[in-house]
Amino acid sequence: MIEIENLTYRYPLTDAPALQDISLRVPRGQFCALVGPNEAGKSTLCYALSGYVPHFYRGELSGTIRVAEAEVAHTDLPHLVSKIGLVFQNPFNQISGARFTVREEVAFGLENLGLPRERILEQVDEALELTGLTPLGARSPYALSGGQQQRLALASIIAMQPQVLVLDEHEMTIVLVSHKLEWVATFAERVIALAGGRLVGDGEPLDVLTDPALVEAGVGQTRYSQAARQAGDQGKPLPVTLAQAVEFFDADRR
Amino acid sequence: MQIAVEQVSFSYPGGVEALRGVSLTIEAGEAVAIVGENGAGKTTLARHLNGLLKPTSGRVLVGDWDTAEQSIAQMSRRVGLVFQNPDDQLFERTVRAEVTFGPRNLGWQPAEVREAVDEALARVGLSEAADTHPYDLHLAQRKLVALAATLAMHTPVVLLDEPTTGQDAVSVERIGTIVDRLHAEGRTVIAISHDLDFCAEHFERAVVMAEGRVLADGPTRQVFTRGEVLAHAAVEAPQLIRLATALGWEAAPLTVEEFLARLRELRRSR
Repeated sequence: MIEIENLTYRYPLTDAPALQDISLRVPRGQFCALVGPNEAGKSTLCYALSGYVPHFYRGELSGTIRVAEAEVAHTDLPHLVSKIGLVFQNPFNQISGARFTVREEVAFGLENLGLPRERILEQVDEALELTGLTPLGARSPYALSGGQQQRLALASIIAMQPQVLVLDEHEMTIVLVSHKLEWVATFAERVIALAGGRLVGDGEPLDVLTDPALVEAGVGQTRYSQAARQAGDQGKPLPVTLAQAVEFFDADRR
Repeated sequence: MQIAVEQVSFSYPGGVEALRGVSLTIEAGEAVAIVGENGAGKTTLARHLNGLLKPTSGRVLVGDWDTAEQSIAQMSRRVGLVFQNPDDQLFERTVRAEVTFGPRNLGWQPAEVREAVDEALARVGLSEAADTHPYDLHLAQRKLVALAATLAMHTPVVLLDEPTTGQDAVSVERIGTIVDRLHAEGRTVIAISHDLDFCAEHFERAVVMAEGRVLADGPTRQVFTRGEVLAHAAVEAPQLIRLATALGWEAAPLTVEEFLARLRELRRSR
């Protein structure tokens, strides 16, 4: 579903590339998490998947990015929106400001695709239901709390039913950027780690999230891994989730 | 400087009732975490503490000031609020100008302003980015600029709305250190957060909110072990408390150090 080959990208007027020689394949339906410290290139990679790089940001791009058979650099943004949806890190930047209610806001993108009315209503209802916003449908987007606005941003994208979602929910190929490592380890099938614009880890959540080199690179670690590491038990695999931590400290039960 | 929230209710103009009879007293120098799910009223409460919002009923006192009788400019001398979304707050062309804006408006001498700005930038680790345009920084760094802009004003009360959201491990640790230092300096630090691990490590008192009300308020260790209250507020206990509970321990460790100390004790007694 996602095929990236030797992707290197530099924003305009900058010296260092934001992404360097990244190659990556994500099969259809996989849920993978993208982790890494600030400035690792996580957001840039999301922009590259969804076409904002290079269509909006310009800059210098080499290598190829294919999403759902479309070559992103050679497909214009209106054609990419049905293939890949990106939920911005900052939801406040995503709300259109052109609609008065939550329901209308979720319908906004669909109206722009020129879908029939019944279909729009159906997809809006489904997206509101999935994100738990149904009771808030009549509210102004600006009368929502920060967290609710984030869910609204997600609902607006889910309603477009893209094939790849750079964030949440199944049956789609999902790339989620997160610092919440316990959550990532519990739900993601695969974890991809970036640091300094490079791919530094890729694999099973447990392997990637306990790799000392990645902890060192600023990816972070759960308190479970941290406690287990410092407890100094040699030879046992470090835990990332609660269940794994309970197993690790099994002999210390009361 | 004491903060007293007395029976405060607040409805937004559209009719949303965000606070329903909240009462809370925070003494000078306390470090308090306010937790709860989306829409619980946390941000609305924070905006009452610096006078951005005035209660529909009830009152908020910050020291001897009733927030309803003070201008926001006046309130900002006592309570510094760091917004959840830094873009609501940043408007200058450079990081330095942004951080200078607050203290300059307090009427300090230029040398004092400069010193406060340098010190605030150093605390958040952005000294070298002083001449950068805030929007050339990443969102996570812009959050640190917003924090520095508040720190530079030397307010007795510092309010942080979701300080760790979107921050990497290194920045979370840095923010934790900043909180600890403010607390050690005797300033009141109040944070709104979903990150209970962070709250457990840096705040001595926790307030749980849901549906515009206070569900629980007390020492962090006690509050974060009240499973039913946390479940009602749709927040998850900190990782180490969940682990200790799953292992059948009576102890409720708030930090990795506390967890390891208890572990060593248990292992010695075996």
